[in-house]
Amino acid sequence: MNRPGPFPRFEDVLRSGMPIVTCEIASGDGADPQDIVRRARLVRDHVDAVNVPDNTAGVVHMSALAAAAILAREGIDPILHVTCRDRNRLALQSDLLGASALGIRNVLCLTGDHLIHGDQPNAKPVFDLDSMQLLGLAAALRRGRYLSGREIEPAPDLFPGATENPFAPPYDFRPLRLMKKAEAGARFIQTQITYNVARFAAFMERVRDLGLDKRVPILAGVAPLRSAPAGRFLRDRVPGMEVTDAVLRRMEQAGPERARSEEEGIRICVEIVEQLREVKGLAGFHLMPIRWEEAVAEIAARARLKPARLSLAAPVAAVARSETAADGGVPGLDGSALHRSREHRA
Amino acid sequence: MAVPSNLEPLRRFFRRHPRLTRSLELAVLPFEASSKKLAFGCKMCGQCILHETGMTCPMGCPKTLRNGPCGGVRMDGHCEVVPGMMCVWVKAERRSRWLPWRGAILRVQPALDWSLKGSSAWLNVMIGGRQKESP
Repeated sequence: MNRPGPFPRFEDVLRSGMPIVTCEIASGDGADPQDIVRRARLVRDHVDAVNVPDNTAGVVHMSALAAAAILAREGIDPILHVTCRDRNRLALQSDLLGASALGIRNVLCLTGDHLIHGDQPNAKPVFDLDSMQLLGLAAALRRGRYLSGREIEPAPDLFPGATENPFAPPYDFRPLRLMKKAEAGARFIQTQITYNVARFAAFMERVRDLGLDKRVPILAGVAPLRSAPAGRFLRDRVPGMEVTDAVLRRMEQAGPERARSEEEGIRICVEIVEQLREVKGLAGFHLMPIRWEEAVAEIAARARLKPARLSLAAPVAAVARSETAADGGVPGLDGSALHRSREHRA
Repeated sequence: MAVPSNLEPLRRFFRRHPRLTRSLELAVLPFEASSKKLAFGCKMCGQCILHETGMTCPMGCPKTLRNGPCGGVRMDGHCEVVPGMMCVWVKAERRSRWLPWRGAILRVQPALDWSLKGSSAWLNVMIGGRQKESP
């Protein structure tokens, strides 16, 4: 396989209308930058952008901003997770400004997991803003104003995104919340991990009814399970995560032997990707391998997931190329993603 | 908060007499705090949006989310932080369906003004302009 060149801007890749692949890597747990670099190198050839989580589940890790800066130095386009759990609005503004200065444009605006499930549950949770207000904040900074109204010269070049979880109640409100996020300024959406494809399809049907798939590209979250206990942990201990009984049963049938259960986990993940391809209105996939970056290459190969940036070698030719791709050239999603993205709001 | 514009003369009066306003607030506060606490579990944020959140106080959320539920709501609709508590947004969404102005729940709420915490939301509405612009 020939090695893809440097990453074009994620915004440009999204605008091309080609099916997108993004991937989240685990945060660094020590002061060694090589840990992040190693994880990123495992996935870089298979994705359009790499997500850098911010103290996932309220457990302390290396600063996401620092990790994203390391990736940017590596020539990878990072998506920086910014949460409201640990920072008030002053810190969020300075971090977003700093991110832009370090060459990090893509910021995923999250409320953040509550730290009660983390390793230091007696800390003071901040939650000065919520994800919706953080999106508004990123938009305000982009327009060249701090929250105080003071001018920023030059304004940071930010590309804010958001998440949605179709698998947590109130289910009827989730598409509306996505609409709120689009209104607040989200330019792309990444969803929670999908194991219940039926529920995801119902969610997307409502999203299409609201016309949201045409307003903002939506990437479906998928992740391989490594073992049956890992699946049970996700189901029982991670709130808002739905792991279906059918998936757990298959993982249990694969047995405790590592190679077999990992093989089954990857197989289930690939099947879910194939099933999600039938769901209209998706712009691509977001892989969350949960500290198992080694699996990404295998999943990408088997599920025929190809980063869209590979087809964007010459940015000028991008539009012309996506025209030809619509005729069935791209081993990716169906043509709906293409049509959607061309209409996608700038 | 949506307030009829005919409140303007009243607002001017309040602004012209800050000391009288302060006294009025002290008189109103105990009544407002106790009645709203009893009825809605009010946390006295001083910028009430109850009517836009299905008459459910969003400040009861451990993350004080004013724009909808987080992604951590349990399958049974309970809070991820306090497993014994129903998610305030599950309740808010359900109750908002019964309100004639149910679309209000879709409005993007601005960031909380923490300087108003503990003050009278009723008076703040009448005075107006105490709320500063935020995202």
